[in-house]
Amino acid sequence: MDVIKTDVAIVGAGGAGLRAAIACAEADPSLNVALISKVLPMRSHTVAAEGGAAAVIKENDSLENHFNDTVSGGDWLCDQDIVELFVNEAPKEMMRLEHWGCPFSRDPDGRIAVRPFGGMKVERTCYAADKTGFHLLHTLFQTSMKFPSVKRYDEFFTVDLIVEDGRARGVVAMEIRTGKLFAFAAKAVIICTGGAGRVFPFTTNGAIKTGDGMAMAYRAGVPLKDMEFVQYHPTGLPGTGILLTEGCRGEGGIMVNKDGYRYLQDYNLGPPDPWPRKKAMELGPRDRLSQAFWHEQQKGRTIKGPYGDVVHLDLRHLGEEKINERLPFVRMLAKSYVGVDPVTDPVPVRPVIHYTMGGIDCDIDAATPLPGLYTAGEASCLSINGANRLGSNSLTELLVFGRRAGEHAAAFARSTEGRTGGEKSVAGAADALAGRVTDLLDERHGTESIAGLRKEMTATMESGCGIYRSEDTLKETTAKLAELRERYQRVHVTDKSRVFNTELMHAIELGNMLELAEAMAHSALERKESRGAHQRLDHTARDDANYLTHSMAVRGDGLEAPRIEYKDVVITKSQPAERVYGGEAK
Amino acid sequence: MTTERMIEFEVLRYRPDTDHEPVFETYRVPCNEDWVVLDALNHIKDEIDGTLSYRWSCHMAVCGSCGMQVNGEPKLACKAFVRDYGNRIRVEPLATFPIERDLVVDMDDFTDKLQSVKPWIIRDDGEKPAEDGEYRQSMGELRKYRQFSMCINCMLCYSACPQYALNPEFIGPAALALAHRYNLDSRDQGAEQRRDVVASHAGVWDCTFVGQCSAVCPKDVDPAAAIQQGKIESSKNFFLDLLKPKKTGAK
Ligand SMILES: Cc1cc2nc3c(=O)[nH]c(=O)nc-3n(C[C@H](O)[C@H](O)[C@H](O)COP(=O)(O)OP(=O)(O)OC[C@H]3O[C@@H](n4cnc5c(N)ncnc54)[C@H](O)[C@@H]3O)c2cc1C
Ligand code: SF4
Ligand code: FES
Repeated sequence: MDVIKTDVAIVGAGGAGLRAAIACAEADPSLNVALISKVLPMRSHTVAAEGGAAAVIKENDSLENHFNDTVSGGDWLCDQDIVELFVNEAPKEMMRLEHWGCPFSRDPDGRIAVRPFGGMKVERTCYAADKTGFHLLHTLFQTSMKFPSVKRYDEFFTVDLIVEDGRARGVVAMEIRTGKLFAFAAKAVIICTGGAGRVFPFTTNGAIKTGDGMAMAYRAGVPLKDMEFVQYHPTGLPGTGILLTEGCRGEGGIMVNKDGYRYLQDYNLGPPDPWPRKKAMELGPRDRLSQAFWHEQQKGRTIKGPYGDVVHLDLRHLGEEKINERLPFVRMLAKSYVGVDPVTDPVPVRPVIHYTMGGIDCDIDAATPLPGLYTAGEASCLSINGANRLGSNSLTELLVFGRRAGEHAAAFARSTEGRTGGEKSVAGAADALAGRVTDLLDERHGTESIAGLRKEMTATMESGCGIYRSEDTLKETTAKLAELRERYQRVHVTDKSRVFNTELMHAIELGNMLELAEAMAHSALERKESRGAHQRLDHTARDDANYLTHSMAVRGDGLEAPRIEYKDVVITKSQPAERVYGGEAK
Repeated sequence: MTTERMIEFEVLRYRPDTDHEPVFETYRVPCNEDWVVLDALNHIKDEIDGTLSYRWSCHMAVCGSCGMQVNGEPKLACKAFVRDYGNRIRVEPLATFPIERDLVVDMDDFTDKLQSVKPWIIRDDGEKPAEDGEYRQSMGELRKYRQFSMCINCMLCYSACPQYALNPEFIGPAALALAHRYNLDSRDQGAEQRRDVVASHAGVWDCTFVGQCSAVCPKDVDPAAAIQQGKIESSKNFFLDLLKPKKTGAK
């Protein structure tokens, strides 16, 4: 196999990967950076983020506020030392993004404007109308082009990590247009491959969000942390799962059930007035809002639609002018994909899988337990999101920790440890890994269809591991997933071409997703409490005595189920307390 | 439920390792009326023929992956609703680009061109420290370039551009619009540095102002306007250069 030598290999060119690449290049222009991505950087799913990025940049706000909102929003499962660093660094990162040209919306004095977001006590979400992720991604991508040390490998599909002598040594990746495999030999590797929403059937996540990097780290023996925490966003369009940003509610939008009633007041989020009001009603946290939908559905108070039950997101009172200025993309999406103009009619919405709080275990420097391996963005779990991410914290997270990952990986690549060994063994190790790909193209390979297995996987995740879970449903799901992993060994790739073989990639992605689904379901089964986005019908209370701890899914051998271990949560200044929203919220 | 209709999709297929030339293949797909062409392609891929290759990701008209010709017009497959078409829909790769395979075209030329216009903020005085806060910009200043910053790099405009078809050297609508976007940004001082490329033979002067690019753009970027404004700028600069040989700073 051909070997491409580099100093730092970054897998993923979304917001996190691009920010890491820029940080490497700034830290030491003499280091070669290989930026590897299965799609062109601007296709990465960061592009879909709408609402904004949180940072304390106004005088009426404080770092302490941002810290407290994040920790209580995460139901105290966040590592507080890391949250503290995060809120401290956030304003600087936001300013750098501004300096690089991000077209932020502005206040009359020319400073960056902020809008309210769910679970945030003060408005602190910086935004570029309702296309913040799009602008952030394009700004980072365009800025990255000015650094000659960053070499892009666009449309290279990474298959696995190369690990030798207990260290990450590089990756194996397939050039999609030729089907040719390459070994990237690197002193340090950063995984920035994003989330894994595609293990569920109904999601705001694009087709590429199959969690490949999480699965690669997992196979290399790195634990996946807090995988049972998967966020439902309360306002997805029925049918497609297209997101309508929380910014809709930040700007004053309301949610009503079939009787036109603002039902959130029945779930400890009221009273409804005065509105808009921070940390109350529609500006409560996402886990609570999505759970409230489930209860309304049980009570028969949702609205029947062609793609399942919905409630209404009503923006009419904002008026056409404000909608056009602040939410033009939302208006286009609603008009095109459900045929409803939010200026004149309420929009049907329902909860939709949105964000994986869990991910690759890493520390405050973005370093994983495997020397030489770093991670940032949605693929990683630091954890600042705990049991429930607050909207608009992740774009900021990928800036702050993308940069840290880049800087620390660069430092590792320059260190004596980073510079020793590896080179000879990489090619051999890569050849061994290549079998995963070539086997799939083998004529005698089995009869299981990719789409068939995928549908069964997503269905069992929804039915057993959704908004509400219980031992029974989770056991069914884990059993089903074990069966699917066994059948996956006989998956059939009909396309034998080497050129742009998307079916081959789908097969590899499916293998990755099955492993991640298992990590999620087993972590959920073992967590016998309800916290944040993980709600058990058979263990309805939070149980700090036993579960104020991170779950760590460690991969089993072969087809064995993962082992679930635990790791302490770092608590510095905020002792676990009840999460309070609505009238009582502070 | 939404109503279903049987639609025949004629899809251009080409696998360079086995096919001598591209050929059409026909698939019958039961479509919901609220589907987009991409939903039908996904149905084909999952249920009928797993070998069909095309690019897509977001399914919400923002990642720019899924540009293709639908009944001869460049469209985003995720925003081309089947309800707007009859019972036969022809799907081909974007025109004017080399085909890699099936509906996938080669984009290298574009990413090189993008880089050539230096699409990043250039400051004579370097970037100020993050601690000093943002560069102030009014909503009015933002609106000057905002439209040109909305490009999703979907390539529909290149596919529609007669000049690009004739002369592949032409930098083309989206890259020129992006150069213009930075030139118009109150934070930027790099217009001078971009001028060589923008005003070169392959730059704005190559455009014959057919305006097809703006007509097909799914994001209302209006690259034709950017090119036109760029022409005015370059001719202005040309005469200014004659008057005063050295001009510093763009603003
Ligand atoms: C619709 C939507 C709206 C959102 N809105 C907001 C918001 O308003 N505010 C906020 O803070 N957060 C928001 N989020 C969350 C946030 O956008 C994401 O968490 C974040 O953008 C993830 O960035 P990333 O860089 O980690 O991953 P991504 O942007 O997903 O990038 C992943 C990269 O990895 C590459 N990759 C993956 N697998 C491979 C492989 N096998 N080989 C090679 N490359 C690979 C991909 O090509 C891609 O370049 C939103 C999310 C969604 C889905
Ligand atoms: S200018 Fe419009 S058509 Fe051209 S690439 Fe950009 S978004 Fe697409
Ligand atoms: S799939 Fe992203 S633009 Fe169509």
